[in-house]
Amino acid sequence: MTPLLDVRGVTKRFRGLTAVDTVSLTVTEGEIFAVIGPNGAGKTTLFNMIAGAMTPDAGTVTFAGTRADGLPPHELCRRGLARTFQIVRPFPELTVLENATIGAMMRAPDMEAARTKAGEVLRQLDLWDRREAKAKSLTLPDRKRLECARALATGPRLLLLDEVMAGLRPTEVDRIVAILREINRSGVTILLIEHVMRATMALAGRIHVLHHGATIAEGTPEEVTRHPKVLESYLGAEAL
Amino acid sequence: MNPFATLARLVDEAPRRALLLLAAFLAVLLVAPVVLDRYLLSVFFLIFWFATVGQAWNIMMGFCGQLSLGHALYVGLGGYIGALLWVKFGISPAIAIVPAILVAMAFGAVIGWLGFRFGIEGVYFALLTIAFAEVARIGFDNWSFVGGAAGFFIPVSAAASPVNLRGGPMLFYYVALAMMIIAFILCAALRRSRLGHAWLAVREDAEAARALGIDVFRAKMAAVVISAAMTAVAGVVYAFYQNNLFPSQTFDIARSIEMILAPIIGGLGTLFGPILGAFILTPLGQTLIALVEKIAGRAIPGVNLVFYGAALMVIIWFTPNGVWPWLKKKLGIPEGRE
Amino acid sequence: MLWSLYANVLVQGVLTGLVYGLMALGLSVIFGVVRVVNFAHGEFAVVGMYAAFVLFRSFGIDPFLSMLPIAAAFFVIGYGLQRTLINPFVSRPEHEQFILLVGLAIIMVNGTLMIFGPDARSANLPYSFDSWEIGAIIVDKVRVYAAIAALAVAALLFAFFRFTATGVAIRACADNLVGAAVVGLDVKKLYALTFGLGLACVGAAGALMVTLTDATPMIAPAFTLLAFTIVIIGGMGSMTGAIVGGLLIGIAEALASVLIAPSMKTMASFGLLVLVLALRPQGLLGRRA
Repeated sequence: MTPLLDVRGVTKRFRGLTAVDTVSLTVTEGEIFAVIGPNGAGKTTLFNMIAGAMTPDAGTVTFAGTRADGLPPHELCRRGLARTFQIVRPFPELTVLENATIGAMMRAPDMEAARTKAGEVLRQLDLWDRREAKAKSLTLPDRKRLECARALATGPRLLLLDEVMAGLRPTEVDRIVAILREINRSGVTILLIEHVMRATMALAGRIHVLHHGATIAEGTPEEVTRHPKVLESYLGAEAL
Repeated sequence: MNPFATLARLVDEAPRRALLLLAAFLAVLLVAPVVLDRYLLSVFFLIFWFATVGQAWNIMMGFCGQLSLGHALYVGLGGYIGALLWVKFGISPAIAIVPAILVAMAFGAVIGWLGFRFGIEGVYFALLTIAFAEVARIGFDNWSFVGGAAGFFIPVSAAASPVNLRGGPMLFYYVALAMMIIAFILCAALRRSRLGHAWLAVREDAEAARALGIDVFRAKMAAVVISAAMTAVAGVVYAFYQNNLFPSQTFDIARSIEMILAPIIGGLGTLFGPILGAFILTPLGQTLIALVEKIAGRAIPGVNLVFYGAALMVIIWFTPNGVWPWLKKKLGIPEGRE
Repeated sequence: MLWSLYANVLVQGVLTGLVYGLMALGLSVIFGVVRVVNFAHGEFAVVGMYAAFVLFRSFGIDPFLSMLPIAAAFFVIGYGLQRTLINPFVSRPEHEQFILLVGLAIIMVNGTLMIFGPDARSANLPYSFDSWEIGAIIVDKVRVYAAIAALAVAALLFAFFRFTATGVAIRACADNLVGAAVVGLDVKKLYALTFGLGLACVGAAGALMVTLTDATPMIAPAFTLLAFTIVIIGGMGSMTGAIVGGLLIGIAEALASVLIAPSMKTMASFGLLVLVLALRPQGLLGRRA
């Protein structure tokens, strides 16, 4: 099977500091793939390069068979790559429904269809009851789910999630894990960048571990947790 | 985006009470000229006119979040093109609005391109818009073909000719009223359209909008260009109402600021805000001018502007969202709806 | 002699540019620290001009002397304004700050109009038309005095920010607001001081301006634009940038008005502005945000 996302040797430097150092990974259609690593490991920089917010200094990003690095974010979104933001960025003065509708309108033939699609996504993410509320009035867990809903409404093939579980309580994490599984089952490939280890282990089929901007391991959750370098540099330090 | 479908939907969705109120209000405006004298007709003309340009400006700032402080530029361009074509070539303003719109759109596009391509935002962009209005002012000041600083005049003709915008205050009352209503329908349709939603997204968070597939640059350009076009139409009408154009007044920054007061006071980003703001502000300003004239025995220039300045400060202090959101609640219209 | 014409224009541009620079310096200091664009800046300059004009005409106080009490009064006004009116708006959206200050500007310019009328007023100093001749270059004495005074005020301000504890504290606020609050600096007070200093600059610049040009209320928006343009060209928040921008605009205006037409001087500064915005949006000496 051809990979949906193929990242080849990407590198990003900031004023001489190498944030991401020749990282390569492949995400296959239909899977849930996770990138983990301690703070400052370069996860968000890697994420931004895949999402089009930054251009890599070296290396390539290929999405669905075509070069994707250097493309602006809105073009990537059109090709089926949707992202969320680590610090959620709902449109505060707009209603929940409007937020999702704006996501949905890219692929919808008209605004009515966009609203219908938005409604479906909101139901999927348990936000339908809050559809008339302004986004700024939502609680953090609701806002995180709205962020997912909006990205999902764009009808992506690959959903990029930047720490959607950070800052949530365990029950809320369980809820979002269930929702993400459901989304994945409906045919959306997911790439998540996470800090919350337990949920990631439970959710992801394959995990890629970064440390100081470089890859130290990749494999199934079991393989990764047994990997000596991972134990030493990451799990050991943070005492899973 | 079909304006008529939008209208039908708006009528469908609005609460009965608000709808009745609106209908009654429109009916009153339609028959009002029967009892209004010349002076009051001119006051209403100003209300409708400021409501129209306020709505046009609101597309840029209220919907798309781009602060323009140079909208007098588009008024002036529209006015000068309409007046020139009529006086020098005998072309009716009904036709001249087409070149007026096109030229204003071109200027808007240049300003937008300069600003948005180079990531110039907020106050920087506002300064760019002022700069262009100023450049236009100086340019027209020194362009003898259009009369330069001495002004350009449209001869007053005895024969009324509505198509050529020649006629009394009654004509201009209805022209401006129609303009205001058309602008409203257009804004309502835009607000509900794909483009309108893209604008709102850009206004709220351009970065997030981009991540949802919105071409932010194109959305902003569309806002500037459409806003410029609407303003230029109002400019044509204003020139024929005034019968004269002076660069120092037409392109003045004070004019640009006067144009943006109504939407700010009425409620930025709302459909009714600019209209409501014009209905509040213009009569108050006019009353004040008349009052001072009566008390002081002569007109004191600047009195109404001092009042506008104070009104701005008070409103932005207490209700930065404007009057309409407050009134909406009183009328029982749910939040998130117009 | 063509070169002497250029030299004359250049000298005149530099001298006027320094006064412009002082005016812009006030705007830049306020923006750099309080992060508020003072859209009433030119209006304050005009009030400064009228203050100097009245003090000269009624009491015979030379503007080069009256600029000191005017600057002091403006400092107090600025301090009070920041404490009462502007501080609540510091964290509000940009367009709300703008509207508040535009409201203030409208009141000021039209208030001046109601008091003094629309006519241009000239201070007519006894030495207004005195000049020195240095070879082929003729230098107006008032311009030299005004430029020296502007430089002196600017130097005082630079020294204040560099050498006094309060000045350093204000710069700390500008660099890192949270950090400044954490180490216990009274941010509100420092903001008020800054706004006061900014207005003191523009008050002094206004007093100097009255020696160079006539006072009229209607020039206020043009001054606001001028200061704003200078600050953007020099770099928002950069003090040296304001002076450099002032010099550039002064020279550009002088050249344009002699070489093209007097009415074209504003065109020149806006041309410069568009150029800077297109090539270096953060300004010549500004840091990238």
